[in-house]
Parts: sequence; C-alpha cells; structure tokens
Amino acid sequence: MEAVIALSIGVLFASGVWLILRPRTFQVIIGLLLISYAVNLFIFIMGRLSVNQPPLALLAGTDTNLFADPVTQALVLTAIVIGFATTALYLVLLLTSRGLSGTDHVDGKEPGT
Amino acid sequence: MSNTLDLLIMLPVLLPLLLGAVLVLLGGRPALKFALNLGGTLALLVLALTLYWLTDHEIWPGGVGVYLAGNWVAPFGITMVVDRLTALMLLLAALIATAALLYSLRRWSRAGVHFHSLFQFLLAGINGSFLTGDLFNLFVFFEIMLAASYGLLLLGLQPGRVRASMQYVVINLVASSFFLIGVALIYAACGTLNMADLAVRAAALDDSQRLLLETGTAVLAIAFLTKSAMWPLGFWLPTTYAAAAPPVAAMLVLMTKVGIYVIVRLWLLVFAEQQDSWLALSGNSLMIGGLLTLAFGTFGLLGSQEPGRMAGFCAIISSGTLLAVIGYGGTAVVGAALFYLLSSTLAVAAFMLLLDLIGRVRNPSVEMLAITMEAFDIDDAPDDSAGVAIPAATAFLGLSFMACVLIITGLPPLSGFVAKFGLFHALLNTDTVSALTLGLIALVVVSGLAAIISLMRFGVRVFWSNPDMQPPRLHPSEALPASGLLLACIALSIAAGPVSNYMGRTATALHEPQLYIERVLSTQPVTEENAP
Repeated sequence: MEAVIALSIGVLFASGVWLILRPRTFQVIIGLLLISYAVNLFIFIMGRLSVNQPPLALLAGTDTNLFADPVTQALVLTAIVIGFATTALYLVLLLTSRGLSGTDHVDGKEPGT
Repeated sequence: MSNTLDLLIMLPVLLPLLLGAVLVLLGGRPALKFALNLGGTLALLVLALTLYWLTDHEIWPGGVGVYLAGNWVAPFGITMVVDRLTALMLLLAALIATAALLYSLRRWSRAGVHFHSLFQFLLAGINGSFLTGDLFNLFVFFEIMLAASYGLLLLGLQPGRVRASMQYVVINLVASSFFLIGVALIYAACGTLNMADLAVRAAALDDSQRLLLETGTAVLAIAFLTKSAMWPLGFWLPTTYAAAAPPVAAMLVLMTKVGIYVIVRLWLLVFAEQQDSWLALSGNSLMIGGLLTLAFGTFGLLGSQEPGRMAGFCAIISSGTLLAVIGYGGTAVVGAALFYLLSSTLAVAAFMLLLDLIGRVRNPSVEMLAITMEAFDIDDAPDDSAGVAIPAATAFLGLSFMACVLIITGLPPLSGFVAKFGLFHALLNTDTVSALTLGLIALVVVSGLAAIISLMRFGVRVFWSNPDMQPPRLHPSEALPASGLLLACIALSIAAGPVSNYMGRTATALHEPQLYIERVLSTQPVTEENAP
C-alpha cells in the first residue's frame, strides 16, 4: 500500500508542477489543485498508514498502536479548507485578469503582441 | 494576577480579527470605518508597547509570557508566546501599520470596498505569526496574512496590479505547499509541532528520524526564504512591490520581515542544540544565500529606473544583509542584525510612501530628456542668477528623501549608519576574522555604494534637473506618516545606546532557548484554584 500511495502522490505532484509551468491560467489553477491534493495526501500519510483503525481512544490505558493518529487528520482538514479558499481566490483573480486583458495568458498579454 | 496579564498575549490577534469582522458588517460609512480602523491600530500600538514593557521588565519569569489557548497544556494545545523579540516585532508592525493607515486616509482607503477589514485581517495574521508557539498555527496565521495581502494588493484594480497579483498568489500558494510538506515531515520525525517541545525532542532523535527532520526543515525553509525574498526565490518581489498601492507596499515591506523573524526564531530555538555539522551547514547556506541576495539586490538597484522597483530592490538588499548576517550567527551579531532590521524596515516603508508623493513631482517627458542629455553628454545648464524660493512642499519632500537615502544607504548621522557600524563592529570583534567575514563586509559596503549611486541619480533627476517642477499638493495625512517613520529612525539613532542594549538582551535571550522551552512546557492551565 505504501508504494501505491507514494506513487500516486508523486504522480499528482509532478503533474501539478508541470501544469503550473504552463502559460495558460486554467492550466496553472489545475496544477495548483493537483499540488494541493498531493500535499494533503502527504500530510495524511505522515501519521503512518493504517486500515480500519479509529482515530480516538475513549478508554484510558488502551493500546495506542491500535489507533490511527488523529493529529494529521486534524491538520489535513485545516490544510484542505485553507487550500480550497486560496485556490478559489485565485480563480476570481484569473477571471478578473481574463476580463481586463481579454486573454488567459498568465502575463496578461499574448506572446509576441 | 499573572493570569489576567496572560490575556494580553492573545489580544494582538483577537482585537484585529474581531474588528475586521465588525468592519465587514458596517457597509458604506467610510469615515466611521476609518475611525474604527485607526482606533484598532492605535490600540495595537499601545498593546505592543505594553508587551514590550512587560517582557523587558521580566514581569513574566525570564521575560517570556505564555498563553494557553483553550486551557490545554503546552505540547497538546496551541500556545501563544511573547518574548522580547516578539514584542519588538509587534511594535514594528504596529508602527508601520499606523503610518500606512494614516497615509491611506485621503485616497487609498476609499479605493476598495473592504480595505479596512482586509487591513485588520492582515494585522491579525502578522501579529499571530509573531506570537504563535506552534508550527501548524504559524501556517494558519501565515495564510490569514497572505489571504489579506492578496486582497490588498488588488486595491485600486488595474491591469498591472492584477498581473502582479496572479504571480504573487501562485508563488505564495506553491510556497504554502512547501510549508505544509515541511511541517508534515517534521511531525513525522518528532511527533510534535509545538516549537518548544520540538526543540526538546529534536535533541534526542536517532539518525533516520534526524534525516527526516533535517529534510523537513530544509523544505520548510523554502517557504520562509521565498517570503523573505532570498535569491533565487525573490524574483517576485520587485514586480509586486512596484505594482502595489503605496500603503500596501509599506505593509509588504513588513511582511518580508515575517519570514526573517521565523528563521531567527526557529533556527535559534530548535536547531541551536543540534549537531555542529548541521548547524554549520545550515548557517553557511543561509549566509551564502544572503550574500547572493545582496548581490542580486545591488545589481537590480543599479539597473532599475522605475521608483517602485528601486524600493523593491532596497527591500531585497535589506533582506539579503539580514540573512547573511543571521547565517553568520553569534549573539553580538544577531543583536546588531535586529537593530538593522528595525532601522531598514522603517526606512524602506517610509521610502514606499515618499515615492508616491515624489511621483506627483515627476514629469516623465522631462525625465526622458534628462536621460537623453546624459547619454549624449549635453551640458545646457541655463544660468539663472536670480534665486527662487523653494516651496515648502518641495523642501519637505527633498529633505525626507535625503533622510531616507541616508538611512537606506547607511551614511552618517542617521540610524542606518549606526546599524551598519554595529554590524561591522560585531563581525570584526571576534578572535578569528575569516575571508568570508571580510567578503560579507565588502559586499554590504558595495551594496550601500550602489544604493547611493542609484538613489542619488533618481533624486537629482527629480529635484534638480527638473526645470518645470510644480510644487506638489501634500495633505498633512500624507506627509505626516512618511515623516513619522523617518522621525522614528532619527529617534533610533539618538537613542542608539539604550536600543542596542535592548537588542543585546533580546539576542542573549534568543541564544539561551532553555528558558523559553522551560517556560512554555511548564505553564500550567488555569484551574478553579488558581483562577484570577
């Protein structure tokens, strides 16, 4: 399972990096989304991979190895919310730029003009 | 008693956050909103002064105040910590915010619907980044700060600003991803994100975990170094600063220093206890990065004609000097670096405001002519024998510009000179003076020289070789903030002794992290018995 997760994070991140280096704003925003997916998954697995384990122990003295790490789950929730909000903000900026300049090039003008 | 005081630590974050939320609801009443915003910012100034007094007089043991948010003990809950360095940065933030806000009274505060809310949210983010004692919480405050700055950068919507914003937002979003990856790696290695707890656990890691921690720290550093514009991560800065509205640009100058603050804090707290090889490696790379940044800023400053970009490169030079000097390390050097940080931040922020006022004097066609005349070496100075009185506004601008140049370039008698003198003194006042030290000093001197050449060229062109110059119309609310920031610098040079002593105490405390760690980890939650 580790290999699958690691590969998928790698592929997501690499695709994201490729896309944010492209000249069109739509490609850039998709790239940002892919990178934030990769990062969120990455944070999530930093609490070690585990299957079918609850995140919280209610009784004191329970063996903690039977439980998933709740901290990374809390962190990833925060990261998702913030990443989503800032990407939405970039979407607004992208549309503003499109409206003002009439082009979807990241520099606000077509190359060669 | 001490519990009531502890609440003061949370206020620099809570106050702007609540005020910003109230300001959103207030609809279109610009005068009222401005008054509330100014009141809030002044309250922050008073708070910062109070915290400065409390930490420096060691009202809290060791001058470290700890607030446990949600009443959870340190490694589990979120802690807010104030010490001398934090109080200093809060004071700097409040000073620049007051100036920027006053400056925006006439024009810029009306240029956007939610200017006042965004301004307060920005302050909440900046203050929170200074106060937090937890890495993930630092990320959250960083994002609050950045989100507000995205909005403020767009103030007075223009195509140029939108273009600069798009680059700024993408770069910061990617930097935030690096921040998160770094935080996750550090958590995986140490199992904690509380900075004090991290310092304790980092010392007791085995080799494989240490590798993870070091990788995480390096990735995390990319985020802060992007913020503090280290070469080659700082290409965004001049474009962004040139595009921003002047009061926003002044706040951006402050935000560059948030990155520097985090580096100083984390590096000296968490990694001071580490193996020597790692410390030397990170210090050297920080120093070499700083030197490259300094060189980049110097060439950029010499090569730029547009005033906004010049100010941006001045900020890069300031960052580069700080990074190089902090990488060099040592208590005395860090103390001198803090003085330089204070002086250069105030001066560059004042420069941002002044440039806007000077922009009203400049006449582009005349300037083109001046460049052409320089290029063809035409000397056509008309001999005007009759003296003309200099209008008050022009005299004010000229003098303020001169003061700004003196501070930024580090010429006597103002605070820039005191700061650089202190730096050189601290660098040379060691047993072994290496070639790297001399190189650093030489580069700082050369960057000062480049700044003199570049800024004087600009000043001569604007104030002297401009025959049709009309005295600009200045409103007191615009002249006052710029001159206020410069007066703060002049006060710094007059009170250089006490201020340097304070910086010395700050640097000493930073180099003795045990006290900070012990205070954070030993603070007990409020119970019914010890409630105020």
